[in-house]
Amino acid sequence: MSNSNPTEIVELDVRTDEMLVNMGPQHPSTHGVLRLVLRTDGEVVSEAVPHIGYLHRCAEKIGENLTPRQFIPYTDRMDYLAGMNMNLGWALAVEKLLNYDLPDKVRHTRVMISELNRIASHLVGMGTYGLDLGTFSPFLYAFREREKILDLLEWVCGARLTYSYITPGGVTADLPSDWIGKCRAFLDQFEPQIPDYHTLLTTNAIFIKRTAGIGLMPAEMAIAYGCSGPVIRGSGIDHDLRRDGDPRYRAMYEGYDFEVIVQKNGSYPKDQVYPAVPDEAILGDCWHRFYVRMLEVIQAIKLIRQAMDFYEKASGDWGTPIKLNTKLPAGEAYLETEAPRGQMGFYVVADGGDPIPRRARARSSCFSNLSVVEELCRNCLIADIPAIVGSLDIVMGEIDR
Amino acid sequence: MVIDESLLQKLRERFGDKIAGASLESIDPWIEVAPEGLVEVCRYLKDEPSIAFDCLNSICVVDYCETDPKKAAKAPWQPHLEVVYHLTSVQRKTSGVLKVMLPRWKDGVEGEIPELASVSSVWIAADWHEREVYDLSGVYFVGHPNLRRILCPEDWVGHPLRKDYVMPLEYHGIRGR
Repeated sequence: MSNSNPTEIVELDVRTDEMLVNMGPQHPSTHGVLRLVLRTDGEVVSEAVPHIGYLHRCAEKIGENLTPRQFIPYTDRMDYLAGMNMNLGWALAVEKLLNYDLPDKVRHTRVMISELNRIASHLVGMGTYGLDLGTFSPFLYAFREREKILDLLEWVCGARLTYSYITPGGVTADLPSDWIGKCRAFLDQFEPQIPDYHTLLTTNAIFIKRTAGIGLMPAEMAIAYGCSGPVIRGSGIDHDLRRDGDPRYRAMYEGYDFEVIVQKNGSYPKDQVYPAVPDEAILGDCWHRFYVRMLEVIQAIKLIRQAMDFYEKASGDWGTPIKLNTKLPAGEAYLETEAPRGQMGFYVVADGGDPIPRRARARSSCFSNLSVVEELCRNCLIADIPAIVGSLDIVMGEIDR
Repeated sequence: MVIDESLLQKLRERFGDKIAGASLESIDPWIEVAPEGLVEVCRYLKDEPSIAFDCLNSICVVDYCETDPKKAAKAPWQPHLEVVYHLTSVQRKTSGVLKVMLPRWKDGVEGEIPELASVSSVWIAADWHEREVYDLSGVYFVGHPNLRRILCPEDWVGHPLRKDYVMPLEYHGIRGR
């Protein structure tokens, strides 16, 4: 404002002007280095354009210069909250190319590890979501529980953030001898605490006011933008790759009893004793996306318990990880897995006779999930932006790869 | 996997020469479409209820080029780009792969990137994916509403996922090597 005349300032005060506002790259609600350029008119956002690329680490280019085993640590850094699920995606894609079959024990270990990581990832998702909307305690509780999962993951692989345990051809080592017992003890302690999260967030009146009816994503919009994971299941689309995906990935969950959490207008999974959908909530809003994650945690616990039982009975060993210089056969394979944030696809192309793939492509779920922000944020309030961006539960490492 | 002999037959009858080839024995069977028929075929694959590829998962480019002249002489292919479309049908729980072959450079002039029709009118998801392909692999999508770089800075030179890409020595005064 170049004008120093007070009367005119008063006039300006009443009238609103269009203004460009930068949210991020380091705004606490933008979860990493996301920059949103908002065009605002008063409190109303008429346009929100995401700018990505700050973290760009050229993972795909690196993948074209390393053998599949060597590329595993780079996949951890894509979705750094669910490194094990990223390992799993890449390992399965490479195994699909090599046509590799695995012993049963590896299969159950992988289910255990990837579902544990899913819980850890969803805990961060809901903890930080509460933080975005102004509540601090759930964040602390979520991180307290996540630490215990990280202890378990650290025990198998030695790292607490960039963990890599699943590898093409199996897992890097057998589970430590008392690991199953510790894992069981954790689940027994964690499961009774879940109602606390519901009290603090799901049924909290302020939380409902901030999320119900905000950021509506109808099913057609979700599919058109290629969204996936809890984001589309919150819009009522019944699609989960653990049940509907590639045969190789589906086989991993064969014999397991679990339910795909899909939101419908006022209906729940059969054994659900958890809170009812509030009247204000509309299918496909932020509240429903959040609720899908909460219920998925319970399903993941169920899966881990089954996997532990299967593991104890299973024969075989922890597989034989492929050698560093294993030559890849000519061909190409694409495989998508259901990572905590949605469908994570890996595409590997090889020429034959070379241990290094010609192309290592990562199709990330958050990339598509974020592209819908522009449409979701049209004509919302500035205060709704954290609610909308947070409900998509994005991790920038996966978007920029 | 929905791509099989009968679908290929159906597409050949309908689009003739625009279906340039196929490989049904691959791990993921694929169909090759001629560049000029791409949008038509995509629209058909999306709208035809028995196929219903309603979701575009990914677009990526595989660069067939060998920088080492000895290896290049032995390579079984001519240098080219393969644009790969991974599609899914959420309704029918199936998936499929489409491919388009392009020359590495338009009219053989090095630096002139090849052109391809944009499918963003068919799947909105193609918007960002085509921007990424343009940015990293250098394919110009005709008809795209907003074709700008997405991961690299807007003034970046070259397309990093090309096999013959050379990392710049310096960018805005920052030493790269």
